[in-house]
Order: sequence, then C-alpha cells, then structure tokens
Amino acid sequence: MKGATLTALNEARRKREGVIHATWLDSGESWLICRDDALDADLARDVGQAFRLDQSRTLDVGGRPLFLHVFNPPVRLIIVGAVHVAQSLAVLARTTGMDPVIVDPRRAWADARRFPDVRVMEAWPDDALARLKPDHRTAVAVLTHDPRIDDPALIAALDSPAFYIGALGSRRSHARRLERLADEGLDGLAMARIHGPVGLDIGARSAEEIALSIMAEVVAARNGKLQ
Amino acid sequence: MAESGLMEDILETAEAWSGDGHRVALATVTRTWGSSPRPVGSQLVVRQDGSFRGSVSGGCIEAAVVESAREAIGDGRVRTLEFTVSNERAWEVGLTCGGTIQVFVAPLI
Repeated sequence: MKGATLTALNEARRKREGVIHATWLDSGESWLICRDDALDADLARDVGQAFRLDQSRTLDVGGRPLFLHVFNPPVRLIIVGAVHVAQSLAVLARTTGMDPVIVDPRRAWADARRFPDVRVMEAWPDDALARLKPDHRTAVAVLTHDPRIDDPALIAALDSPAFYIGALGSRRSHARRLERLADEGLDGLAMARIHGPVGLDIGARSAEEIALSIMAEVVAARNGKLQ
Repeated sequence: MAESGLMEDILETAEAWSGDGHRVALATVTRTWGSSPRPVGSQLVVRQDGSFRGSVSGGCIEAAVVESAREAIGDGRVRTLEFTVSNERAWEVGLTCGGTIQVFVAPLI
C-alpha cells in the first residue's frame, strides 16, 4: 500500500465518506474506490453490493484475486434526551464502533461537559432529525420520558428509514405513548417499528445497565437478529 | 470502520507511525472459512521493531503474522498467508472452532 493511498483513505474516513480500498492480492497494487466512481459493469455491481451489505470480500476478476475492503462511515446512534442513561449509552456506542449524537432542547441537560467527545445538539428533536437525516445506517433511541420531546422525536424517526427506533418507558407509559401517536395520525404498522419498552430484557436497573440493554438491542438490530 | 476515543484506530496508527519515521506493514484478514474470531477486513499494523496494534485472530497467529510483516518491511513485497486449524488444536491458536483464515500482508511504501 502506498503512503499516499493510506493518507487519502484516512482523510475520507475522517470526513465520513464511504470508500473501498481495492487491492490486487497477487501484486499488492491498490487504489481507492468512491461511491460515485464510474466502473465497468461487473465491478460496479460487486462494489455496490459491498457498500450496501457493508461487507469486505475477495473477488475473482479474470483469475486474479481482488480484495474489496469496505470503509463505510460508522453507524450512527441518535440519542434524544441528554439524560443519565445517555451518558453511558454514548460511551457504549463508541466502544462498539458507533457514532453517537445527543439531542436535547433543554439547555441544562444539553451540557457538552457531561458528554466528553460526543456531539451534543441543543435542539428540538424534529429540527435535529431534519438536519441529521437518519438513514438505514442510523438508530434512534428516545429517552426523555417527556412527551413534548419524545413524541416529535418518534414521529420524525418513523418518517425515516432508521434501522432501529427505541423509546424508554414502562409498558404502561409506552401504551399511552402509542395512543398519543395514534391521535397524531400514525398507524399501527408504523408504530410497530418502535421498540418499547426499550432494550433487551436483562433485568436492567441502574442507568448503566439500561444503557447496556439498549446497546445490546441496537447491536442485535444492526446484525439482523431482531424480529 | 469506526473512529473512537476508546478503540485504537489501526489505519490512523499506521499513518502516525509512518509519519514518525517508522517502516510499517499492514496485515488484513481477506478470507475466512469456517468459524473465525475476527471478520474479514480486520487489521494489524506492524512496525519494523516488532511493535504491533490490532488483531487478525483471537491471539496466537499474531506472532506468525508479525514475523511475516517484518519480512515484508525488509524486502518490500506483499504476501498472502493461510492458517488452517484443526478443531483439536483450535484453542491453542485462538481460532475458536477451527477453520481457515487468509491474511494479506503488505508493506507501506
């Protein structure tokens, strides 16, 4: 690998651009492929699939092994509510290679000092999500318990292809939440995307344990292990 | 791959080491058959003095990979290594259930 290729690869990763490092394994010659690069038809199909499935693999191209190493930007976790659970959740997201963003319109909560090295947006969730544009590589966890913040966050998240949407709260408060959202015109099929009560059932009690249960559920969803 | 305050970023480390004047090589898992503790794309960066960061398996093939990477730094050539592990010996080399793993080693030039 050439030093200049490594520099360009790191640069693309810092800018959160999806890029593939392609290497002929026989000669070692390698180069970068960006998402919108023009490629011949066969390679374009394999490259598109590698980006989409987020799966690095070795191809056989005319009898030569070509390794496609996929560097997609990290999966994002949008955490609505700069609450105690969010502090642990942001750390766990980082540990598992995800990119956390905290959203909270309340100044006292949205204090960046409580979230070292994490992006904190002091904003209403509908505005924040309109800017963040959740895609199919984004998870949204809604944690405030306050309908004025949680509900618009869920409505905005349900209007996106986010691969995971979870909402903190007991069964009872979740049932009430679904009633409110139904009043807002959401149908049952859409609301079925919300995981509530949020997190895998590991008997979590402390904020840290709740964060762990949420993180476990997000990982399960990312790996296609969630119904 | 992730940028993270908690995990070391292998490619950033490779660039930093190179910038500090070290000669380095990268080892990458390019194929796996059977069960394998690290997915395709996992990387290890190796310095000429034998320091390394990252992993391409659960543990014990690292020593062989580091040695091969130092040779690659020496002669400037790439190589492809393959490790096959029987179920009986799997635990010794850290491949949890046996399997084959292919590792591509390339010097940074």
